[in-house]
Amino acid sequence: MSTPSASEIIYQGLWKNNPGLVQLLGLCPLLAISNTFVNALGMSLATIAVLTASNFVVALSRPVVREEIRVPMFVLVIAGFVGIVQQVMQAWFYDLYQILGIFIPLIVTNCIILGRAEAFASRQPLWAATLDGLSMGTGFMLVLLSLGGMREMIGSGTLFADAWLIFGEQAEVLTISLSEDARGMLLFALPPGAFLGLGLLVALKNVVDERMKKPRSVSVELSQTITAKP
Amino acid sequence: MVRHAPVYAPDAAVSMTMRRVLLALSPGIVVYTGFFGWGLPVQLALATVAALGFEAVMLKLRGRPVAVHIGDYSAVVAAWLLVICLPPLLPWWMTLLAVFFAVVIAKHLYGGLGYNPFNPAMVGYAVLLVSFPREMTQWIPLEGYVIPGFGETLAVIFGGSVVSHLDGLSTATPLDHFKHSSSAAPAIMGTLAGKGWEWISLCWLVGGLWLAYTRTLDWRIPLSLLLTVGLFAVGLALGSNNPAWQNPLFHLLSGGTLFAAFFIATDPVTASTTQAGRWLYAAGIGLLAMVIRVWGGYPDGFAFAVLLMNLSAPMIDYLTSPRAYGHK
Repeated sequence: MSTPSASEIIYQGLWKNNPGLVQLLGLCPLLAISNTFVNALGMSLATIAVLTASNFVVALSRPVVREEIRVPMFVLVIAGFVGIVQQVMQAWFYDLYQILGIFIPLIVTNCIILGRAEAFASRQPLWAATLDGLSMGTGFMLVLLSLGGMREMIGSGTLFADAWLIFGEQAEVLTISLSEDARGMLLFALPPGAFLGLGLLVALKNVVDERMKKPRSVSVELSQTITAKP
Repeated sequence: MVRHAPVYAPDAAVSMTMRRVLLALSPGIVVYTGFFGWGLPVQLALATVAALGFEAVMLKLRGRPVAVHIGDYSAVVAAWLLVICLPPLLPWWMTLLAVFFAVVIAKHLYGGLGYNPFNPAMVGYAVLLVSFPREMTQWIPLEGYVIPGFGETLAVIFGGSVVSHLDGLSTATPLDHFKHSSSAAPAIMGTLAGKGWEWISLCWLVGGLWLAYTRTLDWRIPLSLLLTVGLFAVGLALGSNNPAWQNPLFHLLSGGTLFAAFFIATDPVTASTTQAGRWLYAAGIGLLAMVIRVWGGYPDGFAFAVLLMNLSAPMIDYLTSPRAYGHK
């Protein structure tokens, strides 16, 4: 497997092979933690940290780990980093840690992380594996933040509520209330909103892809019909 | 109607069926308006315009012939069924939102008429009920309040104004009332099922029986549903101490029982398609609705019951598909 270029890795992670919108991996945290923007941000930062670090270590240890035991080794590495992230969040972001709850330890089971370790990091050089972890993580973050922002705005009529959970007390000014008596549409704060929102985001991505593809495919068809004529 | 082969020549096109449903709804709508004022007709007009608008836009976006499909009245029927379930003085934008969810999301995003797995009207209703529980349980009480006139109704629906004597405009439905209090309250209770409501329910029954007579709907569905609700209510009357539940007729005439039995559960697209399946499907709706009504957090359970059984309809069809001759 040849090593893709850096820009190709970034394009794959952020758009073409986006873990949230195309691979539809990691749906458990994506659907459960996207009820507010700040929760989504906390979750995605934790996921990026684990994904990048595990990709780095998996690629680093490639020469010394036997093929037969690689998957248990991936799981151990991932579980180790999730443990570290969990302890860090418990120490410095205790309130956020309480809100995200079980979903932090559950990062271990996030299919994106094991998937990237197996499909990419274990076959590619160190720099590519690390960059892949970063860009896949960022792609996941973009989806999580869009969904979180959308659900927070529609579901409770605010944006960046509880920003102090991450940025400290002075960040309380960040909270935007869309209107004075905004109560929001409860459905979007509840689980159905996550499914509806994700479905709409996937549809939006497909529409954008379709629009970008159209001019090219039309010209291809044209050239084919032209060459087909004798 | 969707029937399994052998298929007789259909006696009516889609638009004919839909027009009959609208006609069968009208006596109930007239009586409803008589009891509760202009709210319902205003909402019906608003929802009809909105449904036709959304329908036209979605057909255009999906590249379907707009003129052909918009003339089949299916969007109008969905909008009317939806609005009849909503409180009559709901703000206009909530009605629009419900119609949007019914027509755009529940119907067209799933493939349009004939392809939607969920009853569009019930999706719109459930979305509003989950999202705005307070507004969705504000009904006009028939005792102690003056029913608002036409101008006042418009002001409440479109202007968001709160008219002084309507300030306390919030009453539980009789069902809600009986669930949360242990004594029957004759003030809001008519002879049987809540003042006004029993007459409206009887109108749905008349319209529904006419639809069954013209074979626009399959009589198995309402019969099975009402039998289930009736049996459950009899059991409840024998086994419960709640005074309101001592008369099994209460459960048949109050809430949305008759409306759901004849107009919601019978949607040929989202119901089961086999004969045995329809008995099961409707019995499931009756059972679930009663469970939600009696033990659940919401006053009435038909919307959720219908949606849950819509979800089960393909499996019921699979399990009850008729044996082809010569096969085991």
